[in-house]
Amino acid sequence: MMSFMKGRVLVVDDDSALAEMLGIVLRGEGFEPSFVADGDKALAAFREAKPDLVLLDLMLPGRDGIEVCRLIRAESGVPIVMLTAKSDTVDVVVGLESGADDYIVKPFKPKELVARIRARLRRSEEPAPEQLAIGDLVIDVAGHSVKRDGQSIALTPLEFDLLVALARKPWQVFTREVLLEQVWGYRHAADTRLVNVHVQRLRSKVEKDPEKPEIVVTVRGVGYKAGPS
Amino acid sequence: MSGDSAASAPGRSGARAGRPVGRKRRYLAGGLLHGGVQGSPVLRLFMRWVRRPLLPVIRLWRRNLQLKVVVTTLLMSLGVVLLLGFVVIGQVRNGLLDAKVKASQSQATGGFAAAKQRADEAATAAGDAGTPVDDRPSQNVIQWMSDLVYSLSSGGQGAFDVVTLPAGGDSGGGRGPRASGDVAPSASIPESLRERVDSSTAAAQSYTRIVYNSSEASQPALVIGKRVNDPNGDPYQLYYLFPLTQEEKSLSLVKGTLATAGLFVVVLFGAIAWLVVRQVVTPVRMAAGVAERLSAGRLQERMKVTGEDDIARLGEAFNKMAQNLQLKISQLEDLSRMQRRFVSDVSHELRTPLTTVRMAADVIHEAREDFDPVTARSAELLADQLDRFESLLADLLEISRFDAGAAALEAEPIDLREVVRRVVTGAEPLAERKGTRIRVTGDQQPVVAEADARRVERILRNLVVNAVEHGEGKDVVVKLAAAGGAVAVAVRDYGVGLKPGEAARVFSRFWRADPARARTTGGTGLGLSIALEDARLHGGWLQAWGEPGGGSQFRLTLPRTADEPLRGSPIPLEPADSRGRRTAEGTAPPSGGARAATVPAQQSAGPGQARPARDPIPPRPAAAPPAADPTALPGNGARVVPRPVSPARRQDGPSAAEPPAAHGDGHPAGGPEEDPNSQGEACRGR
Repeated sequence: MMSFMKGRVLVVDDDSALAEMLGIVLRGEGFEPSFVADGDKALAAFREAKPDLVLLDLMLPGRDGIEVCRLIRAESGVPIVMLTAKSDTVDVVVGLESGADDYIVKPFKPKELVARIRARLRRSEEPAPEQLAIGDLVIDVAGHSVKRDGQSIALTPLEFDLLVALARKPWQVFTREVLLEQVWGYRHAADTRLVNVHVQRLRSKVEKDPEKPEIVVTVRGVGYKAGPS
Repeated sequence: MSGDSAASAPGRSGARAGRPVGRKRRYLAGGLLHGGVQGSPVLRLFMRWVRRPLLPVIRLWRRNLQLKVVVTTLLMSLGVVLLLGFVVIGQVRNGLLDAKVKASQSQATGGFAAAKQRADEAATAAGDAGTPVDDRPSQNVIQWMSDLVYSLSSGGQGAFDVVTLPAGGDSGGGRGPRASGDVAPSASIPESLRERVDSSTAAAQSYTRIVYNSSEASQPALVIGKRVNDPNGDPYQLYYLFPLTQEEKSLSLVKGTLATAGLFVVVLFGAIAWLVVRQVVTPVRMAAGVAERLSAGRLQERMKVTGEDDIARLGEAFNKMAQNLQLKISQLEDLSRMQRRFVSDVSHELRTPLTTVRMAADVIHEAREDFDPVTARSAELLADQLDRFESLLADLLEISRFDAGAAALEAEPIDLREVVRRVVTGAEPLAERKGTRIRVTGDQQPVVAEADARRVERILRNLVVNAVEHGEGKDVVVKLAAAGGAVAVAVRDYGVGLKPGEAARVFSRFWRADPARARTTGGTGLGLSIALEDARLHGGWLQAWGEPGGGSQFRLTLPRTADEPLRGSPIPLEPADSRGRRTAEGTAPPSGGARAATVPAQQSAGPGQARPARDPIPPRPAAAPPAADPTALPGNGARVVPRPVSPARRQDGPSAAEPPAAHGDGHPAGGPEEDPNSQGEACRGR
């Protein structure tokens, strides 16, 4: 299983020292890093390297990280982890809304980084065939697909995991902290904005009317739960 | 002259003034009716009942300048018109009456003279005729009197009437009342006049109303009377009655004219006032509207200025002020933007290399077992100090974010119990190391407030970690409460506490209780400053209380909804188990015991080494000059009980204090305070 988790990581960062250091750490953990320093070349590098995960610095020469993130997300659901020096709300939220799955604030510890990468790369080992229903959606967990009236809806792995977590226990209200732990793999409570932003993104894809959500329902003051099916 | 037929204006004013008066009267009656004891609630009820329908009117009155001016003008012009009216009417009446009275008087004098003359003539005629027999003359007198009245009144032709009445109570001798023109004699002549006529021989006059025997309406009149003698030499009263109907008609015409004119004048004044005030009020209202929009942030709003009058000058000054404000605000905004930008840039520029260093240090740290001891230790130090450097940098950036006004609140309803639970769980490892137990009370019910969970957690983590670090291994109590529009979390420790004046300064940046002490524990010295800023961002309070040796309490109060101002806190700042409170409760022996109880702390603090307990204080946020302290705490600010320290020091020497301390312990204040007391004992035992 450990070997399964190793993978190709594309590091998009203009700071050569940091990139090199990241390379050292990632190789030490058994990943295969590749590097690109320029935002304009990031997309080409992404297509070429076909990474399992992208580490993306938000401040880049050329295209900035947000733009790169949007471009990559437009053509792939591959996990993206942002590296950001700004923990300000706006920056983080903008980054997450542009499609990043997770973010990590500089300066970070190598272990923390690796844990985040692993959490994003962790694919539950061949899940048993399982059909879930949430609202009027049908989820095929093994086939990694979500369908409404036979129409399949494209979700990123993270959004899929989020939806599955909610659908597995439709009777339970999930606090943001619980979701952080189950979906993102955080052991300690972290930034609940992650959950908020991703729920919004998920809603924009699966809800008929994102203003009046029926699939992912907000429980005021507590968190979220699956809508009645 | 009857006043009741006067113009309508006074009547109107009477009704107007009458309304409140009537109320007051009724209210007085009510008060009297219900008597002293029950009076006040009834009165209050009544007042409320009276005021309720008036409230909108009162509000309109308070808020509307135009209405105020117009109503005042109306009332004042009404007063002036009334006054003028009364004066004019008085004058006219006097003029009319004077002429009438003069004419009447000469007429009456002539009449009286004629009556006298006729009496004299009759007397001489009777004398000439021969023997005056007693009953004949009286027969004559009756006839004579009737003739007299007839002849006297016939000259008047309706301009006056004549009445004779017997003098005094005497009604004999044919001198019964007689009257011309169907006048009811005794009813028309007022009693007071008859007395006056009786008492003197001069003519007397009075105003009266003529009453007729027929159904004819009575009318006002002037009556002039005189005592005259009949042919027999007996006195009788002769009255001339001059009707004043004509004069009254003239007067009421004048009154009516005046009232109409007065009404017009008052209404006109009102209209003029309304117009004039409008000229002033309209620009003032416009200015108020513009000022409101300005304060709402629309800085480009300006007043329209026309002409060169005072209003125009007001407008120009206003616009100048607005322009200057706009300039200053935009300058400040630029400054703030620049600072924010700078912070953001510095943050990024510093963090990227720091990340590399951090990772490199960790890689080295991981591999330290392969190094020789010196290098290994160096790697450890490097990693540790990098941690400290990182947290310092993070705190500095956070503080400068607050300073730049870049901190944004992301409030949503959160249950503070959840936050407290997370914080306590997070502080558990540290508490175990220190041998402290963290207790949470008041978490039976949800304590929900609109707040930024991340910031509240940061505040509470700071408070709890501080309490554990300075709590000397004693319990730390986290108390939650909600009441009214506020929720509060108080973190109480029983450690060394705070010295007088420190409670306000703990929130200063880089403040340390004892600057001479080297920094031993971690902590950047910015934690409480950031916590205070976080609390302020919520519109909440963060306050400290402490007493030397008695521990401290930090209280966070947040409004339940983000836009609600705080009026109070559900938890008192000074805990119930503080020494000050316990002394005040009076269960302990007079201040001696309580004072003594603090002494051991003082004593062992002196020698220094004997008291590791003193240590935790210094690392508290530190060093800055007191001037910079953010004492601008909302609410009652921070408070310290200074009492125990100085008296204890002054009175007894450290050695003498030992026995009373034990004595003080013998008086626990009661059940709920059991814990603190046992803690206290533990402390003293040491």
